[in-house]
Amino acid sequence: MLGFGVDRLQADINRLLTSLFHQGVLDEQFLQLQQLQDETSPTFVYDVINIYFDESEKLLRSLRLLLMDREFSDYKKIGLHLNQLVGSSSSIGARRVRNVCVAFRSASELNNRPGCLRGLEIVEHEYHYLKNMMHELFQLEQQRLLAAGVRYPM
Amino acid sequence: MTLAESKLTALVVDDNFVNQTMHHKLLDRLGIRNDVVCNGQEAVDVHCSGRNYDLILMDMEMPILNSIQATKRLREMGIESKIAGVTTRANEGDKKEFMEAGLNDFREKPLTISKLLSILHRLDFYAQT
Repeated sequence: MLGFGVDRLQADINRLLTSLFHQGVLDEQFLQLQQLQDETSPTFVYDVINIYFDESEKLLRSLRLLLMDREFSDYKKIGLHLNQLVGSSSSIGARRVRNVCVAFRSASELNNRPGCLRGLEIVEHEYHYLKNMMHELFQLEQQRLLAAGVRYPM
Repeated sequence: MTLAESKLTALVVDDNFVNQTMHHKLLDRLGIRNDVVCNGQEAVDVHCSGRNYDLILMDMEMPILNSIQATKRLREMGIESKIAGVTTRANEGDKKEFMEAGLNDFREKPLTISKLLSILHRLDFYAQT
């Protein structure tokens, strides 16, 4: 009976992950990330994803500041920021974020300001969707751990 | 082929904290002791301090002495470590320029355990048993 909560939560986690893979939000690289979690780093996935959130939000803020400047012309800097976002997004398996960053980067290489503004909106949208989904995943994981803890008290 | 116990050392050169963390862990998982630096200049500096590594994983897109300049500088210093470039871009022009700078291998990100094993195999780091 006590195990039922754990099983249900695990099923919810599996369902959420399946959905995210199916939508293309995540790709197989996320599985690689999960495989790196072990007893020496039991919160590795959580830690790396949070590093990703911190770094990405700094980059997105910087991109918005650059593009909102009327005198803006530094497309090279936009490109450098986007290289970072493409690299880190691909490393954690954030496929849709990575892909929209690549499209945004193409606009910056053409010095296309309207294209860059549109690209930024799309990246911000995809990023926030990913962040919300990851928070939901972590909440379910937390609940599952607590439920498992209740089942096997120390 | 089986893996011998690794006594290899590696240097991760990447300005992105997520990638640094991932690549460090990937190497740890394969039993490869590794250090991490943030850019090409730090990669050169760490070698100037006397450290040496069997393998250098060099991110292609970095500020402060980019990877091509850093690779050339390391080769000019006589560093014979195997250098594998990693990049988010995989066009042939970039690859050619990078290889001509002195790389031994070149891979598109993201790095995975299997890509890393493939790099190690290609660079003859594991002995056949």
